[in-house]
Amino acid sequence: MSSATVEAPPKAPAPAPEGDQLEAAGRGGWFVRITIVVIVILWTIPTLGVLITSFRPEDAVNTSGWWEVFAHPFGATEWTLENYRIALDQGGFGNAFLNSLAVTIPSTVIPITIAAFAAYAFSWMEFRGRYVLFVIVVGLLVVPLQMALIPILRLYTQGATLFGREIFPDLSLQGTFLGIWLAHAGFGLPLAVYLLRNYIGSLPSSIIESAKIDGADHFTIFWRLVVPLSVPAIAAFAIFQFLWVWNDLLVAYVFLGGAGQNIVVTVALRELVGSRGENWHLLTSAAFISMALPLLVFFALQKYFVRGLTAGAVKG
Amino acid sequence: MLVLLLRVLVAVAVPVATFSILWWTFEFLRDENANRFIVVGVAIAVGVGGVFVLYWGMNRAVDLFPARVRESVRPYVFVGPCLVILAVFLVYPVINTVLISLKDANSQSFVGLDNFKFVFTDSDMLRAIRNTAGWIILVPLAAVTIGLIYATLADRLRRGEAVAKSLIFLPMAISFAGASITWQLIYSYRPQGFGSNIGLLNGIMIGLGQEPVKWLELQPWNNLFLMVIMVWIQTGFAMVVLSAAIKSIPDEIIEAARIDGASEFQVFRRIMVPSILPTIVVVTTYMVINSLKVFDIVFVQPASAETNGTVVVAERMIRWFFQLNHNGRAAAIAVVLFAAVIPVMVWNIRRFREEEAIR
Repeated sequence: MSSATVEAPPKAPAPAPEGDQLEAAGRGGWFVRITIVVIVILWTIPTLGVLITSFRPEDAVNTSGWWEVFAHPFGATEWTLENYRIALDQGGFGNAFLNSLAVTIPSTVIPITIAAFAAYAFSWMEFRGRYVLFVIVVGLLVVPLQMALIPILRLYTQGATLFGREIFPDLSLQGTFLGIWLAHAGFGLPLAVYLLRNYIGSLPSSIIESAKIDGADHFTIFWRLVVPLSVPAIAAFAIFQFLWVWNDLLVAYVFLGGAGQNIVVTVALRELVGSRGENWHLLTSAAFISMALPLLVFFALQKYFVRGLTAGAVKG
Repeated sequence: MLVLLLRVLVAVAVPVATFSILWWTFEFLRDENANRFIVVGVAIAVGVGGVFVLYWGMNRAVDLFPARVRESVRPYVFVGPCLVILAVFLVYPVINTVLISLKDANSQSFVGLDNFKFVFTDSDMLRAIRNTAGWIILVPLAAVTIGLIYATLADRLRRGEAVAKSLIFLPMAISFAGASITWQLIYSYRPQGFGSNIGLLNGIMIGLGQEPVKWLELQPWNNLFLMVIMVWIQTGFAMVVLSAAIKSIPDEIIEAARIDGASEFQVFRRIMVPSILPTIVVVTTYMVINSLKVFDIVFVQPASAETNGTVVVAERMIRWFFQLNHNGRAAAIAVVLFAAVIPVMVWNIRRFREEEAIR
């Protein structure tokens, strides 16, 4: 929240001296280990269930619980890739996966670019209303996006008029990628501006000043100096926003609709639950397809993600 | 003179050209029959490259201004797009939603506070408000408690702390929609003669010689079962943030307490918890706001939320907007949600101003 800044990662604890280690062992006794193992098992079971079910043939899924697979894990009839083939082709999940990419990547890059320029201006440029405008951004951090859905949808489908004069043209953005990029950019901006301004504002002013003296203009300072220095903060927000947009159902459902060419994986999942609610072999493989990329991003960039969350904010 | 004219021409032509190219690609993206790979590729290229080019073009355009005004205009080029988007996508909608909430189903005429009267009298709405109250109390409570205990314990592991933490954290990367399907494998129920029960809980019930239970139709407990899904997702977040806070407590303080003979539980209660209290407050607030807006978990359930009594406020809003086509009521529900977060908004701004005063 407001005190949060993107911090350096906590230093790895130095190897403890002999005495400490013995003591640590005493404190980390059986109670600690057993509690942790129990919680880990509880937390892992659901994901394990999806993973196992998604690789089992339809018959097996319908006649035995997924946990029974442990009784004969190497049975030849126990495993199949067929579910994934069907989910990708007939379930439209291949298509939905591509759409999710087309929604998520720009929806991550656009707010970051816009926010970085704004954060630079809020930190290092003089203009009227600088403080008040930033306070407004802080206030917008927690606005529930439910507040924005109806007006934006109407803006997209019929434009807006004020006192009978058109102030926003009808661009029929409903159902288009541009429409959802802008919506996600809008909802993600307050947090992005807030985090990046905290970071960019705390860069040493001597660097900026000396670049100015060397004759660099604002655009050059921003692009050549500030952006490279802000990579940790940018990465943290990027991962946060990526996972958020990829996993979002509400905005995608509202702006891209519940069916059609452009639906994303979360919406496709919901459709599948509605239309083939009992076909667990398909539901689970579809669910796993939707999880694959975020899990990959999460494991690859965990360090940054955790840092971004620790810097986290209350987002609307 | 001619050179200057040429420069002006080029500088005007570049933004115009980029803008028309962008516009043309958007038209292309509307084409339903185009090859998906190309559409997606173009979408990503335009979405990613387009924004930067627009800024670059605008910056070049500002260079043409007379030197006197140039530098007072430039900040607005940097901050302008951000302000425009915030105004269009957040500020305008907030005002507009309040207006719509005072109008009828099709936003034709004003109906006063009728929609709000509906929000606080309709039986499903009242149940949704009660349920949401349960969500915002129980989910943060459970997630923060488990997260705090886990963070404290994992901190004492000599090996495997990172692995232990990422396993708890992993559900954070899964969507609510995916999580709902995941948890069906725990809660699923099938009546006699419709295949064997594939939900783990009913598997256990049968193993214990009991009748299988329709967990998700078991009112009012089914709400609790859905909350478990949210707790499962959010605990990792609480744990990671709290763990970072615990690690920042100076070792000397804790060691000193131990030397003075404090038990481990006393160290936890009297030193750790008070030291990280500000972080606990922030994490809890975040979770309360998230639970207030919970929607996906309930919305993805195959059975109707009304008959199961699992309705929540944010889900009601989408239902009234899309399926029951009543703009006024949907907007009124959104306004109620907004009113609930206003205290947090004020608190945020106040804290920010205090910090700025110190800076």
